[in-house]
Amino acid sequence: MEKKEHIISILVHNKPDVLARIAGILGGKGYNIESLCVNATTQYEVSKIVMTTIGNKETINRIEGQLRRLVDVIQVDDLTNVESIHRELILVRLNLTADKKEQIKKAVDTNKWKVIVSADAYIVLELTGDKSQIDFALARLEPLGIADITRTGVVALDLDD
Amino acid sequence: MKLKGTEILLKALEAENVEIIFGYPGGAVLDIYDQLYKSNMNHILVRHEQGAVHAADGYARSTGKVGVCLVTSGPGATNTVTGIATANMDSIPLVVFTGQVPTGLIGNDAFQECDITGITRPCTKHNFLVRNIEDLAATIKEAFHIARSGRPGPVLVDLPKNVMAASTEYDPANIKIRNQESPYRPAFKKMANLQEMLTTANKPLIMTGGGVILGKASALLTEMARKYQIPVTGTLMGLGSFPGTDPLWLGMLGMHGTYYANMAVSHCDLLIAVGVRFDDRVTGTIETFAAKAKIVHIDIDPSSINKNVAVDLPIVGDTKAVLKDLLKYFEEHNFTYIAAERQEWLNAIADWKEKVPLTYCQNGKVIKPQFVIETLYKLTKGDAIITTEVGQHQMWTAQFFPFDKPNTLVTSGGLGTMGFGFPAAIGVKCAFPDKHVVDIAGDGSIQMNIQELATAAQYKINVKIVLLNNEFLGMPRQWQELFYEKRYSHTDMTYAPDFVKLAEAYGVVGLRVTKPEEVEPTLKQGLALDKPVLMDFRVSREECVYPMVHPGDSISNMSLGSREMIN
Ligand SMILES: Cc1ncc(C[n+]2csc(CCOP(=O)(O)OP(=O)(O)O)c2C)c(N)n1
Repeated sequence: MEKKEHIISILVHNKPDVLARIAGILGGKGYNIESLCVNATTQYEVSKIVMTTIGNKETINRIEGQLRRLVDVIQVDDLTNVESIHRELILVRLNLTADKKEQIKKAVDTNKWKVIVSADAYIVLELTGDKSQIDFALARLEPLGIADITRTGVVALDLDD
Repeated sequence: MKLKGTEILLKALEAENVEIIFGYPGGAVLDIYDQLYKSNMNHILVRHEQGAVHAADGYARSTGKVGVCLVTSGPGATNTVTGIATANMDSIPLVVFTGQVPTGLIGNDAFQECDITGITRPCTKHNFLVRNIEDLAATIKEAFHIARSGRPGPVLVDLPKNVMAASTEYDPANIKIRNQESPYRPAFKKMANLQEMLTTANKPLIMTGGGVILGKASALLTEMARKYQIPVTGTLMGLGSFPGTDPLWLGMLGMHGTYYANMAVSHCDLLIAVGVRFDDRVTGTIETFAAKAKIVHIDIDPSSINKNVAVDLPIVGDTKAVLKDLLKYFEEHNFTYIAAERQEWLNAIADWKEKVPLTYCQNGKVIKPQFVIETLYKLTKGDAIITTEVGQHQMWTAQFFPFDKPNTLVTSGGLGTMGFGFPAAIGVKCAFPDKHVVDIAGDGSIQMNIQELATAAQYKINVKIVLLNNEFLGMPRQWQELFYEKRYSHTDMTYAPDFVKLAEAYGVVGLRVTKPEEVEPTLKQGLALDKPVLMDFRVSREECVYPMVHPGDSISNMSLGSREMIN
């Protein structure tokens, strides 16, 4: 069966060790977590965890089954095949070295990248998009010499309900 | 009314109808022990915390109620881990209370501090660290609810010392907890499917598991099998969920299953699996397991469906509720089977039974372990609760002691924990003081929790140990004989204590049996004594458990010992 990336949204009771339970049960059973985002919801007692993992349908079913067994898990949804939007965010620092400076400025202009810090020696960009947009941007950033980068996991919003 | 944490704990236990606690004190729980001293709660002082958990587990398995333990922080807590993992693998409801250092010291590597909720996260159904006295009463209530609801399991509650010393308002009538039971709705379409499948099947077979016993569904399963003349096999955990003396019973399936059970699974065209999880010891190679059959899987835990075996018809729900609805549905929809067809299938099974029955050969001067078990069955007429350790003796018990009633075999199936049976027997006997409670043990396993002889002696818990002493770690020795050309690497247990003297040193009666003709009289004597008794049966050293499906093989391919391989 075909393996692909799945985005799973998990509503949980906001308990101190709930993340450890989720990471523990998936790690312990040998499933891989590609990315993980924990966010607040409008209710204080409930948090939302958005997780991405790679697997075929069978594996994803098992992951969902394991998650549902956890006492603190309220609801599990696979957002991959429902109408939903997905975003990631990256922060990138590019050093304005003498040889790259012009090239960087040009790239920022043509790509309409958002500069959030502009210093003499470096700039910091903030980029958001879905996975393919981020990957596309990264391919263009690479030749400019990435001094440092940080990337969030996927956050996703279900448009179906 | 304002109460201290320790008082709330005892009140909450009473509210849960807890009759007995198995425990062991230490610094972090001395306040609780002081409260116990002032209360009427029954407490059994074990000699090792592992023993406390297994005893509570035995109590739970034999009664269907929640077993309760109390231990101190640090090493007291870590000593419970094997017991908790054992209960978790077999879905046994327990609540384990552990002491913890005061909340202000947590994280400081304080004396006897240990992150027991972290350690037990993967081997409990759920666990709690109670950080505030205000949460105590609700947490205890929730712990019991989680332990027994849905697919049961062990729950650990970690109690910091300062929380237990603090006071708060206790209002038992107003404790609100989250409900963990998922609503069950009968699936009429699936029942129709099953009826259709049963109508077209010529060779149906029921496979019953621990979930039938946990779900208290044995009577319904038995009714269904008898009414529609469907033969039944079972997993180790399912023994007792269908009468072991019924003609429809095929015995256990799997690695050491009967020839006829494994043949029936391999030839059936419809397998109705109830409350099982298709452990690899049961299925052999998955590809060939019940290869000719459509598989129906009834289980309370959706995550166990399609986990190991691909299923044609899954029915999620409490085994009792589902079987009840099914019986009603079949009745209302006039389901009948074709008697002639069914007879053909039953005849085929009868032929397998006749061709390769479970046998052993008790001749000569050496006691055969199977003979001891059969004699025990004969003397008790099966009216006993049997616990086992883990190894060959456990498999022989499963093969040669027919269990007619649920909750009468108490054995560690999933984890296979040596040292389980004896403390578990203590827990069983506390619940059933008037019943014969017998631990069928091996000489390796019994030494893993032998210290509990003191517990049995102190409280006059009159359990009997039937020690099948082969002076080997018999099960690994069997594998070494069959798969390692008899290189008996570290499985020889000839160096052992004199078990009779050891029993006596603890204040327990010790009896030794070396001749086959002494087996029956000694068992009679041991069972009749109103004392804990250890009976040391010197049995044939290199007996093997057969049939045996070699690891990685199909279950239709059994090695039968002195007989050649039969396919
Ligand atoms: C705690 C633990 N350690 C190791 C094992 C592996 N093991 C399974 S059976 C067995 C030997 C059991 O020997 P004994 O209790 O004498 O029983 P026998 O097989 O001889 O009947 C061992 C070492 C285990 N199941 N549990």
